[in-house]
Amino acid sequence: MPFQDGPAGAPRSGALEGSEGRMFARGLKRKSSEDAEDADGGVAGLPAAPSYTLQRQSLLDMSLVKLQLCHMLVEPNLCRSVLIANTVRQIQEEMTQDGTWRVVAPQAAGRAPLDRLVSTEILCRSGREQEGEGDCPLPDPAPGQAPRRPQSSPWGLDGSREGRGGFQKSLDHIFETLENKTPGSVEELFSDVDSSYYDLDAVLTGMVGGAPTGPGLPAFAPTAAAPPSSTCRSDLGELEHTVEILVET
Amino acid sequence: MELKKTQADIISTVEFNHTGELLATGDKGGRVVIFQREQESKNQVHRRGEYNVYSTFQSHEPEFDYLKSLEIEEKINKIRWLPQQNAAYFLLSTNDKTVKLWKVSERDKRPEGYNLKDEEGRLRDPATITTLRVPVLRPMDLMVEATPRRVFANAHTYHINSISVNSDYETYMSADDLRINLWNFEITNQSFNIVDIKPANMEELTEVITAAEFHPHHCNTFVYSSSKGTIRLCDMRASALCDRHTKFFEEPEDPSNRSFFSEIISSISDVKFSHSGRYIMTRDYLTVKVWDLNMENRPIETYQVHDYLRSKLCSLYENDCIFDKFECVWNGSDSVIMTGSYNNFFRMFDRNTKRDVTLEASRENSKPRAILKPRKVCVGGKRRKDEISVDSLDFSKKILHTAWHPSENIIAVAATNNLYIFQDKVN
Repeated sequence: MPFQDGPAGAPRSGALEGSEGRMFARGLKRKSSEDAEDADGGVAGLPAAPSYTLQRQSLLDMSLVKLQLCHMLVEPNLCRSVLIANTVRQIQEEMTQDGTWRVVAPQAAGRAPLDRLVSTEILCRSGREQEGEGDCPLPDPAPGQAPRRPQSSPWGLDGSREGRGGFQKSLDHIFETLENKTPGSVEELFSDVDSSYYDLDAVLTGMVGGAPTGPGLPAFAPTAAAPPSSTCRSDLGELEHTVEILVET
Repeated sequence: MELKKTQADIISTVEFNHTGELLATGDKGGRVVIFQREQESKNQVHRRGEYNVYSTFQSHEPEFDYLKSLEIEEKINKIRWLPQQNAAYFLLSTNDKTVKLWKVSERDKRPEGYNLKDEEGRLRDPATITTLRVPVLRPMDLMVEATPRRVFANAHTYHINSISVNSDYETYMSADDLRINLWNFEITNQSFNIVDIKPANMEELTEVITAAEFHPHHCNTFVYSSSKGTIRLCDMRASALCDRHTKFFEEPEDPSNRSFFSEIISSISDVKFSHSGRYIMTRDYLTVKVWDLNMENRPIETYQVHDYLRSKLCSLYENDCIFDKFECVWNGSDSVIMTGSYNNFFRMFDRNTKRDVTLEASRENSKPRAILKPRKVCVGGKRRKDEISVDSLDFSKKILHTAWHPSENIIAVAATNNLYIFQDKVN
């Protein structure tokens, strides 16, 4: 499966300092649904490779679907979820840099460090817009950061439209699944902690409503219902105490 | 090489005990099967030290976590033996959440002549008993019993990936994705948390613990590996919570090889101390690396396991194979290392001669007592006879778990639900 360079003139990836290559230096499978099952099919007879942007978008979509899939497994494999989420972040970073590369905006310069783009805010906000609700409170707003509005979204108005559309579609897919998940009584109990419902955290830990936020509620880390029998962490003990109360009523 | 194979459910862990007399396997169904090496007998030279089933027991059962509405799998993730201290054997087995200490002991005598009960086992009326008879032990058919002696539960929020017995033989550690706990064998309701990398805000989580092991001789030292390809060596004497490492091993990234998959393939799936305690070996997706404990900035040796997969990473990401966790093992003298691959291939690297070999564990190609033929994967255009092309590899046949006898050239290879045991052929 030889690497096919993208068309000449494609924007250089800002994420690769001093490197000629792009992130798909090797072996990105061609974007072709017929080839999807045929993992390592031959190259003969195929048209020119899709653009780097499309390849990257395809990888992003695939990753978001995987994150969603791990949400549905028996119990999500945290290592796998973290690795996929990190891959998504890398793509987002690169797409952001590509996007703002064309835009000369002081906001871009004054933006908080790249890793804040990751996105719980993005996922949260997109989810909110999806639901038609107001802005969700940012868990940890950096001082001096401009208030989040669609125009100042990391994608930028000039950002790749196809990128944004594809990303939006993938997010919609995730949230639809999260929404359709049969809510247990636990989710209902924590419904006022909804601001964290769609957090990346929830996806990572497989615990809907699991992010530590909301007034007065302890961090809800996943744990088996059992009397606190270890000296592991005080938050675990605190949590189990709360859970015991809830479960016993 | 001689071959012996046996059927089981999908094998999830394989481990020789400290003498190599016993070989334990754990499977996806929560069962443990222990094999014992036959005593060599002068009468049957050809049956030199074959392994036969010694004991089978159900170690873990599936459980249900009511809070999360999720099942807790009974799959045995790891088995570790304790060194033998009396006639019984002890091992630790763990699933995602609970570690258990099992005692495996033999019973070959039973008491007879006990006169306080009648033939049906009912207690006799004390008024009818006029003499006190001491029971006599009489031989019986050998029975091997496995009994759970300790259950170490409720200490892990995340999935346990490793357990390791300390060289003090009094403590052991269990590691999950974010925490490592230290246990005393005698105490089940308490454990010490010695590593905690859970961020205060889970949104900031970018790295997890993938494996951990105690140093073979220094009971205060252990290492743990991460999903970002780093290894941390910790000294428990430094502080109670070993969040600050004593040594940090990481190889600088090769910028020419960078891709979106770089981090995933750098994630370490297994870490093992050499028997000498001077080196550690790590396995990531494409390579095995040997590190000198005294050099943190790069490994001293790197071996390519299946570099021909480097151009297939996107496909392997799509079908999830890129997340497969391969283990690696040292031979008894630390001169050869072994790890598994796809298509039921496994690889051995001789650290001294720098030679390597690819072998296959499969029923079609091997018969008992047959000699294993080296295999080769063809990466270029022209495929020679006997070579297999990369595109023909079967990615569903993966060898994740292998074990090497502590002192002899006997290896155990788990290929899905089959166990292969290979021995060096000696004339």
